[in-house]
Amino acid sequence: MHAHNPYLPELATVQEVIGETHNICTLRVVLNDPEKMKNFQFTPGQVGQLSIFGVGESTFVINSPPTRMDYLQFSVMRVGEVTQRIHLLNAGDQIGVRAPLGNGFPFEEMKGKDILFVGGGIGMAPLRTLLLFMLDNRQDYGDITVIYGARSPHDLCYSYEFDQWRSGGANLVLTVDTEHPGWKERVGFVPTVLKEEAPSAHNRVAIVCGPPIMIKFVLFGLKELGFEDDQIISTLEKRMKCGVGICGRCNMGSTYVCLDGPVFTYSELREMVPEL
Amino acid sequence: MSGKVFIPQDKLASALERLNEKVPVWVPVSQGADRWGIDFKPFRAGMVPVMDRQSTALPKEVIFPQVQTLMTFEYVKAPEDPGRVQLKLEEPPEAGNALVFGARPCDVRGFFTFDRVFTEGPFVDNQYKDRREKTLFAVLLCREADEACFCSSVGSGPADTAGGDLWITPVEGGYVVEGLSERGGSYVQLLGDPATEEQAAAASRSQEEVSRQKVGSLDPSGVVQGQKDRFEDKDFWRSMVNQCLGCGVCTYVCPTCYCFNITDEMRHSRGERMRSWDSCMFAVYTQEASGHNPRPTKLERYRNRVGHKFSYFPEKYDGMIACCGCGRCIRSCPVSIDIRKVVENLKERSHACA
Ligand SMILES: Cc1cc2nc3c(=O)[nH]c(=O)nc-3n(C[C@H](O)[C@H](O)[C@H](O)COP(=O)(O)OP(=O)(O)OC[C@H]3O[C@@H](n4cnc5c(N)ncnc54)[C@H](O)[C@@H]3O)c2cc1C
Ligand code: SF4
Ligand code: FES
Repeated sequence: MHAHNPYLPELATVQEVIGETHNICTLRVVLNDPEKMKNFQFTPGQVGQLSIFGVGESTFVINSPPTRMDYLQFSVMRVGEVTQRIHLLNAGDQIGVRAPLGNGFPFEEMKGKDILFVGGGIGMAPLRTLLLFMLDNRQDYGDITVIYGARSPHDLCYSYEFDQWRSGGANLVLTVDTEHPGWKERVGFVPTVLKEEAPSAHNRVAIVCGPPIMIKFVLFGLKELGFEDDQIISTLEKRMKCGVGICGRCNMGSTYVCLDGPVFTYSELREMVPEL
Repeated sequence: MSGKVFIPQDKLASALERLNEKVPVWVPVSQGADRWGIDFKPFRAGMVPVMDRQSTALPKEVIFPQVQTLMTFEYVKAPEDPGRVQLKLEEPPEAGNALVFGARPCDVRGFFTFDRVFTEGPFVDNQYKDRREKTLFAVLLCREADEACFCSSVGSGPADTAGGDLWITPVEGGYVVEGLSERGGSYVQLLGDPATEEQAAAASRSQEEVSRQKVGSLDPSGVVQGQKDRFEDKDFWRSMVNQCLGCGVCTYVCPTCYCFNITDEMRHSRGERMRSWDSCMFAVYTQEASGHNPRPTKLERYRNRVGHKFSYFPEKYDGMIACCGCGRCIRSCPVSIDIRKVVENLKERSHACA
């Protein structure tokens, strides 16, 4: 970020583009200024605004952890104008990055605890940052269970690194909505698989990210398992413009998702104006 | 600080011409012969400012232009490798000084809301800050409050000089002008001859008289609780905004509304990223790419507008109400929705509820 002008992006170069699914791609980018890249600091869960100059800006979570700083990684689902253009990028192309923005996950408070990640679809992006960060600091955390689901095996992101997650010490439970030839993992909706897995709520934090309908039923499931509201963390996706608490776009009552969020516990969310 | 000067009514234009040579001056002028549509414009010789009626649009534009370039960009070929394209970003030049002549207390107060959001951080909007610091206000003692005004209800009043650099007091045959700030004071002598004792006394009398006036009878205390209690009461909100057309005029004429959009425009390989005034009363304001909208109808949008001004802003900024009581939203609304009525009702209902 430029201290004197919060709207001015850093120029960055796309290093690599990875096709994840039919509508999600992953960008690895490096800031053009080597000093700024070297000194770039952030917390897992913080986001960035990516610029395609001439088209616009959109918000994406930085999904590579601060422990792996060869590049900054973003996964982008194609839904509209800016994301459409991002999907046309190639290695070597120039973009703008304003980051880090937002609050990030309270990973310090999670130390010494068991962790449950529940992710659906593109919702795995923010979870990946924290997951890799925890795997890189494995001794700080207890059991790490990850329940990750998508419609079909082709809709799962990061499938090329599942083995690494497992060997790094994560109990990875993968599920798809319906049977597919060759699929050897679980079949069923994420909330159902959560019920089957039934991880203990004792001394555990659950981090949930995915489509609203999944979140709704996962919450029911977590309640049944005995999770309290302050043991459940999620991230909000509000439409954003400035990302720096000025333009007024992202408020829920007096809370500004771009500054105070996007990460909130469920006890915080319950206190907020219900405009989800 | 310098003494008071007197500008005779028929010498106002020439006084402004002298002032305009020192610092670019903005004045309230009318668009048509019927004096409807009074707007602040950069002063040009021959302009006659309208000093006896509140402006329709406010001088928000001077510090927060309706469309403002945040940066320009250009795609250029890399000099050492014509196969590669590079980007060149440029920030807009710094703003120049300005003086708003004939702003009313509410016009100046509006920027107090902006200041909290744009200059307090954690991120500071330097383009705003730059213009804000370089803009002076010659505040008019306001004697034209109408039925829609309620500035005294929200911490201001018709004789409020907060944020002013010069003070203009209309008297018989012209205006007495005095300095309020050091920078403002340095322009006083330029504007006219020293005021006579009678003129100065007449100005003081008028100032005392106006400062005793209480404009508006709204009592915004208890609204924060009312907003909470009645948040889910859809019937209440529907009854308040049933007629709203979603035109957004209330936000455009509002001195405290600061929401903006950011968009890019490009021709060939050059373009600019700019911000432009936006309105939370528009349906697409919070609409997400999936089609989901957290504020799907005018009910939620108006609830947020009232909430932002009277509950959320005070919650965030130690009690400060984001409303200056200018009454423009009431005057300009095509279906006469009255924010005072909504606020009063919010409180009543919440009392009834308790
Ligand atoms: C904190 C946060 C983190 C996010 N992380 C990711 C991520 O890691 N990967 C990913 O694929 N998507 C993410 N999103 C959603 C992503 O920002 C939107 O899908 C994207 O802005 C759509 O832009 P568009 O121009 O393609 O769509 P259009 O419909 O053309 O959007 C027009 C404008 O609407 C806004 N907008 C539309 N939908 C959304 C939305 N759901 N959220 C925010 N702004 C929106 C954008 O400002 C955009 O400029 C995140 C959103 C937020 C708020
Ligand atoms: S001016 Fe009146 S009609 Fe227009 S958006 Fe505001 S309240 Fe609705
Ligand atoms: S995105 Fe502008 S205030 Fe949050």
